[in-house]
Amino acid sequence: MNTRVLPLYATLLICIIAYAACVFQFPAMFSTRVAGNLLTDNAFLGIAAVGMTFVILSGGIDLSVGSVIAFTGVLLAVLITRYGVHPLIAFAIALLITTVFGAGMGAIIHYLEVPAFIVTLAGMFLARGLCFVMTTDSIPIDHEFYAMLQGLFYRLPGGGRLTFIGLLMMVVFIIGIVMAHFSKFGSYVYAVGGNRTSAELMGVPVARTTIGIYAMSGFLSGLAGIVFSLYTSAGYSLAAVGVELDTIAAVVIGGTLLTGGVGYVAGTFIGVIIQGIIQTYIVFDGTLSSWWTKIVVGVLLFSFIALQRILVFLSLKRTTATSGG
Amino acid sequence: MSRLNTAALTKAMPQLLSLMLILFLNYLAFPGFFEIRLQDGRLFGSLIDVLNRGAPVIILAIGMTAVIASRGVDLSVGAVMAISGALAATMTVSGYPVPIVILAALGAGLLCGLWNGILVAYFDLQPIVATLILMVAGRGIAQLITEGSIVTFNEPGLIFFGTGSFAGIPMPILIAALLLTLAIAVVRRTALGLLIESIGINRSASSYAGLNSKLLLLVIYAFCGVCAALAGIIIAADIRGADANNAGLWLELDAILAVVVGGTSLFGGRFSILMSALGAVIIQAMNTGILLSGFPPEYNLILKALVIIVILLAQSFSSLGGWAFLKGEFRSKGANRQ
Repeated sequence: MNTRVLPLYATLLICIIAYAACVFQFPAMFSTRVAGNLLTDNAFLGIAAVGMTFVILSGGIDLSVGSVIAFTGVLLAVLITRYGVHPLIAFAIALLITTVFGAGMGAIIHYLEVPAFIVTLAGMFLARGLCFVMTTDSIPIDHEFYAMLQGLFYRLPGGGRLTFIGLLMMVVFIIGIVMAHFSKFGSYVYAVGGNRTSAELMGVPVARTTIGIYAMSGFLSGLAGIVFSLYTSAGYSLAAVGVELDTIAAVVIGGTLLTGGVGYVAGTFIGVIIQGIIQTYIVFDGTLSSWWTKIVVGVLLFSFIALQRILVFLSLKRTTATSGG
Repeated sequence: MSRLNTAALTKAMPQLLSLMLILFLNYLAFPGFFEIRLQDGRLFGSLIDVLNRGAPVIILAIGMTAVIASRGVDLSVGAVMAISGALAATMTVSGYPVPIVILAALGAGLLCGLWNGILVAYFDLQPIVATLILMVAGRGIAQLITEGSIVTFNEPGLIFFGTGSFAGIPMPILIAALLLTLAIAVVRRTALGLLIESIGINRSASSYAGLNSKLLLLVIYAFCGVCAALAGIIIAADIRGADANNAGLWLELDAILAVVVGGTSLFGGRFSILMSALGAVIIQAMNTGILLSGFPPEYNLILKALVIIVILLAQSFSSLGGWAFLKGEFRSKGANRQ
């Protein structure tokens, strides 16, 4: 069996066990209502995590995600509420800005040969700072188009609601899976993450790919920002603090190696859902504090990284054994 | 020795010049900036304030420099600060004497650092990944200690570390200066600094050369954890309480920024603890300047982002031989003219 798929199976197993354990304790959790809410509540996290998966697959990291989400939310609120711009035009402006923002970071990372970590750190400060410059207030968005989008949902059997933003996240994941595994761009991303130098020697356009990856992460962060603003109906400059950590955690729990080159977009979806299940469990329990989420996510993070290390170690041992004997 | 000092001074020129420029801008924005007065046996003034507020980041930057020089990074220092602050506050409220409280808080930092060090050195994890675990879980642990509330205390012995003063100098500055001197002495008067640099440049080569790089890495991360715990105690003592959510939030980024501003490369190798401390002072001078000039403090973030970008451009320019190229151009032009 391919050891690379093992973390994905492990994640899936943990997800199922966790959900089963929750249902065992609170039978009410086994309903389409909870499932629908799971998708709706984590829609912005999931969309941003797709972008993060590509970044991490390429061996990079994007710390600007949370700030860009907040920036998009504030920008939309300012444009729609203060200047009366139609939401669709505001969406286009926001996506354009965040995509260019991401592409700029990608260009700096590639051409100046600086670690992605420090460039996106600067991006994180910049985006958060721009939020504050626009406004430090929380601005509500009250527009009939927003109300229309928020009211859109497909009623699942059992009373659950598959909302527009939940559906959007699923669509983004499907597009992400197709892009990662069935497109030229996807194979370039894996190649760059596996070994940049050999990718370059094989003729992979590394510059275009790197810029494309960060532009995509910027675009998806912007989209996540739009979803977040639909979810909260407001723009607030202190929103989405630390979301970058949650997305990185989702990607790692989903079985993607932080060294790049190995991983699955579908795994990230499960990673997001596991985090959602923990939160839902805490809500159902009612006595636990929300900070337990952080500890459990930390423990999961550690277990998965340890699992990956063991697998890498075992596969190395096997290769030397076969080549030796 | 004096030649060495001039060389060091020339290398530190960009940082010293930018610090002077920022201080001058602060002076323009607030004419009383350089005034220092002695009141109630303690020094007061904006300059003292810059050092006092900057002390926690200076302390973090000392530990972070060693980590970055070994080609690593420690993302968990903010969370470790929250843990040590939470522990100090909770134990004080439970009535433990101050020395025990301090030792326990530092011990917690040591444990956190050892955990990071074991993951990096013995599990061979990437430092970003290894320390990310504690960064995510650390604040949860701190919340566990404070049981989710902001714990406030009124124990004069502990508060002394945040707001007290000795011989007119505020305690945070004194602690930071002491640690700085100690760290520089240990690193530069022994071979330790050299060994850290060699790990940062090539870990496997250093191991082959007979260096116990695993143990050294463990010590480096443990030291960084203790530094973080110390900074956490100072901040908790300063606000007379522990806020597990906000104590040390984003300070890991400030510490990394201070080290980078100080000229230590993120790719490991040559480092200077003194320059990192200078970097921390530069950052704090910017913060104070923005506050004094009446701009909203939020502008800080944009300024920091611009500083990072400028440094990256300058570093990449010089690493690509930009300066040498310009100088060569200039010289050849001069030669032609002659």
